[in-house]
Order: sequence, then C-alpha cells, then structure tokens
Amino acid sequence: MLQYPFRRTGSSWLEMERLRREMNRLFSGMASEAEAGVTTGYPAMNVWANEDGAIVTAELPGVAPEEMDISVVEDTLTVSGSREPVELEEGEVYHRRERGCGKFTRSFRLPFQIAADQVEAVFKKGVLQISLPRSEEDKPKKISVKSS
Amino acid sequence: MAEEKNIQVQEGQKQEVVESEAERTRAKPAFIPRVDIYETNDAVALIADMPGVDENSVDITLEKNVLTINGYVEPERPEGYSLAYAEYRVGDYQRSFTLSSEIDQENIEAKMKDGVLHLHLPKAEPTTKKIAVQSA
Repeated sequence: MLQYPFRRTGSSWLEMERLRREMNRLFSGMASEAEAGVTTGYPAMNVWANEDGAIVTAELPGVAPEEMDISVVEDTLTVSGSREPVELEEGEVYHRRERGCGKFTRSFRLPFQIAADQVEAVFKKGVLQISLPRSEEDKPKKISVKSS
Repeated sequence: MAEEKNIQVQEGQKQEVVESEAERTRAKPAFIPRVDIYETNDAVALIADMPGVDENSVDITLEKNVLTINGYVEPERPEGYSLAYAEYRVGDYQRSFTLSSEIDQENIEAKMKDGVLHLHLPKAEPTTKKIAVQSA
C-alpha cells in the first residue's frame, strides 16, 4: 500500500512556504517586494537605492502634509506626524473602526551620509516619497591608474 | 451593513484579498482597504485608506445592494534605482459591502483625498409601512 507523506492540500505546505521565505530573507539579505511583510514600525517603508543615494517611500493615507515632519541628521532619516481621528457628533455611531490614528515617528538609518540640503520630499495620493542624495564627501573616490 | 467576508485586521500590515471563486486577471496583488464606517441620523459614511489611488483610478459600483470599491494602483519604480529594502507591497484595492435597502442609491457621493476615499451614503425615506394592529 502506498502512502503519501504530504497531501496536496493542507497547512503543512503553507508552513513550509513561510519557513522558506523566512530563511531566504535571513540569508540572502536581498529585498524582494513579493516577500515584504516584516514590518518593524509605522509607517512601513520601502527603500530604493543606487550609487548616488536612495529614495524612501511610505504609505501615509490621510496624513496632512503640514502634519508631517521630516528631518535628516547624518545618515538617519526621521519621519513623524499624526493622523487625527474622525470626530463623531452626537447621535453618530461607529459600525467599523479599522483605520488607526494618532502620532507616529519612525527613524531609518541609511548606509551613507545624506546630503541634508538636497533632500526632497513629495506627498502624492497618500504616498510619501523622499529622495536622499548621498553627500559628496561620502561618495567613493575614483582613483585613476596611470601607466608609467 | 453586513459584509461578505470575514476580515481580521493585522496591525501595521496590509491584508491581501483571498481569492474565492473567480481569479483576478491582473497579476498584481490586491489588498483589502481598511475602513471606518459610521452612521449618522440621515446617512452612512464610509472612509477607506487606499494609498496610491486618486480620483481617476477608483471605481465604485453598486449592483443589487452590493457596493464594490476597486482602487487601481500603478506601481511607481524610480528610474535608475533598484529596490534595496521592502516592508510593504504595492497593489490594487478591492472590497465589497452589502448595503441595506434603506440607502438612497441615487445620491451617493464620493471623494478622494490624500489616498483616502470618503463615501457618503444618504438614507432613503422609509418606504415600508407599519401596520397597526387593532384589538378586537
């Protein structure tokens, strides 16, 4: 009689998949959007990078731009702000309340010194995008080799 | 207002839509937007967080008392940059609600601001008649 150790359906496969992802994430050190989900604070941030700097994006729906505070010190970016709760008037009742509100602050350390005077932030459709150029002094020096 | 699916909200994470019968034609993931729903004396208000969606990329349909919200997001990939670290995923939004029949379906208003959808669903004049029972 033949017995299959794994059935086609069942939670053991899901568990294996989760474990595989977790291992990949730990060992590769590479980012993949498809495997995102480990959030360490609010807001969740995605970081895009190249040699000249980085672009940090964060989803902040309903946060007014004037309530946002972005600061840069050396290699650390700090984003803070708040989202006001909806004030209900008398006689109004909640059916569902899933959206969070209140104050938040998040610091993010980048692997380079940021040129603080060139930082730009755009807030569009509830998505914040901050471009953080790398400071000139921090960029790797190119050394040309002369032939004698 | 009742809802079609049971939803567990996880703190800080987007909830992905679980496929039930029909699969989606777009390969992108779809998320369940978080909502606040509250009722006033003459209306029901729905607020949904849909970052990345503007007034041109949101679709609201009402069919047989089922209100469906679809938000389409075009993922922005900064040119010349590669993704170095990711904590959240970008995708569309999708959620349906069953409305009670007492909503005035002709006068629903919707607006979109900073990635948040505001829906105003006015209550209709009651059409049901109460029948008084007389004692004999």
